Amino acid sequence: MKQFQYTITDPVGIHARPAGLLVKAAKAFQSSITVEKDGKTAAATKLMALMGMGIKQGNTVTVTVEGADEKEAAAAMEKFFQENL
Amino acid sequence: MWTDVKAAAGKSIWDGIAIGRLRWFQKREVQARSTSGLAPEEELERFEQARARAQVQLRSLYESAVGEVGEDNAAIFEIHQMMLEDEDFLDAVRSVIRTQRGTAEHAVQVTGENFAAAFAAMEDTYMQARAADVRDVAHRLQAILAGAEEKPDWDEPFILMADDLSPSETVQLDKRKLRGFVTRGGSTNSHTAILARTMGIPALVGVEADPAWDGRMAVLDGYNQCLYVDPAPSLLTAMEVRRRADAEQASLLQGLKKKPNVTLDGTEIQVFANIGSDADVGLALQNDAQGIGLFRSEFLYLNSGHSPTEEEQLAIYRRVVETMAGKKVVIRTLDIGADKKADYFGLEREENPALGYRAIRICLTRKDLFKTQLRAILRASAYGTVAVMFPMIISVREVRDAKELLEDCRRELTGQGCPMGRVEVGIMVETPAAVMIADELAREVDFFSLGTNDLAQYTLAIDRQNPRLDPFYDPHHPAVLRMVRMAAEAGHRHGCWVGVCGELGADLALTELFLRMGVDELSVSPSAILPLRRRIRGLDLRLPPNS
Repeated sequence: MKQFQYTITDPVGIHARPAGLLVKAAKAFQSSITVEKDGKTAAATKLMALMGMGIKQGNTVTVTVEGADEKEAAAAMEKFFQENL
Repeated sequence: MWTDVKAAAGKSIWDGIAIGRLRWFQKREVQARSTSGLAPEEELERFEQARARAQVQLRSLYESAVGEVGEDNAAIFEIHQMMLEDEDFLDAVRSVIRTQRGTAEHAVQVTGENFAAAFAAMEDTYMQARAADVRDVAHRLQAILAGAEEKPDWDEPFILMADDLSPSETVQLDKRKLRGFVTRGGSTNSHTAILARTMGIPALVGVEADPAWDGRMAVLDGYNQCLYVDPAPSLLTAMEVRRRADAEQASLLQGLKKKPNVTLDGTEIQVFANIGSDADVGLALQNDAQGIGLFRSEFLYLNSGHSPTEEEQLAIYRRVVETMAGKKVVIRTLDIGADKKADYFGLEREENPALGYRAIRICLTRKDLFKTQLRAILRASAYGTVAVMFPMIISVREVRDAKELLEDCRRELTGQGCPMGRVEVGIMVETPAAVMIADELAREVDFFSLGTNDLAQYTLAIDRQNPRLDPFYDPHHPAVLRMVRMAAEAGHRHGCWVGVCGELGADLALTELFLRMGVDELSVSPSAILPLRRRIRGLDLRLPPNS
């Protein structure tokens, strides 16, 4: 299992477009990827659940990656968050 | 070709020519049977097929949108596609089909509403607005399942056909490619009619329109009050020539911009714009409005599934006030009820809605709702010149109660350190009662605005929504015009400025009369401002009255 934390810097937070991009990125891996904020968790492959978390600028999220390709997946996710969120 | 021409007659709302494809307006609610006669497996299969079809539509929408509005704006159609792949959404739909033996339509509708409600309940206004996306996706599926697919060529100019449109439907309509309206029902005073006038768009009401005409080419001839379906090329050419002549005339009017609204003898009058949403403010400025004389705030309440918060309202008022850059903006407080309703208000059906629980009557009994709006209006006054106007007034007590609530709000906001400017207080004079006690009312306020539509309806006891009464409806009825005069005189006796914001304000046959009455301001649809200016500039009050 791999885990990292990230604080959102995008002024609008995880709104529809980045959520969509995140889902796409997450679906490229076999590992299960989850995003957690304040005890609420959503699979990174589920668009509406992600949007439903209402993640805003300044919120810190914990991303957990677990599975066969978790090393590559975690690295890719961390890069994705830094570049897009 | 000639034999194919079908002409349908109607009543014209706005004289002009519109050319485009006819589009039948699909009512938002597709009423689906809830339980299915098919086996769940068959319903699941129907759902899967509809979903695949929707994906194809959305992909092509996305592609054409990228070319037209760019990748960022087109991304919404990609999001819609992803919603159709969302496992939670799909599981919920399938579960309704399996466990409740529901039809695919029903399952999609229920699931769409549940997800939309979840978004609507979120704190963030951006996320709240995503409820509309979920509904959009659900409607697309429902339309496909019902066999009533949206045509993909929605992007070319079109003439809208409908039974009639409700106020919330009209405000939600995408108007960029809209060239004309044709409705089956509706009187010349209906909301569709008012919208057509606001936008300066040719419209016919009372047309025996056939939904089967959907997608056919048509010419709407407002001058001759008829609609041609599948027009012959020669007719199409003749109409196109006429349309161009109109457009030239319109550009001539543009030459009147920046000229003062003053008669030949030097009498000046203010010409303001009526707007129905913040989106119209651009149109008001383009047409050289000197202010906003009537900002109908209802759209805020009708357009969202919840009562708009103070912050949401402030954001919109502020946008309008800042855009007008110091020019006066008269915000009319919530005028809901009667024919304008939102579900979440939980208003009961009434025998006589026009005489019922509406406007200030709702606001004075639901004070929290009212104060939220008043606070937003007061806060917006920090950004420009704001006036507040109360609708449907019949008594001095109502005005005092409303003013007291306004003062309460001002005290609270001052306590919180909110900056505010001076806010003029006025009332709509739109009931015979208000006219009869205009002297007493004028002592309470800074201005009167004559709402001539309702004033005529209540004075003449004629229901504006009933097309059968059109032959009896005479907005120039002497009783109505005397009401206007009485109110104007009473207002002036007590130092109020007096405006006319109803449809009569734009009636060029009455402009001279209003000027002679000393009316200070006329507030009209943005598209009526320049024709009115031309009329004013051609009048000479030194000559004997023209009637």
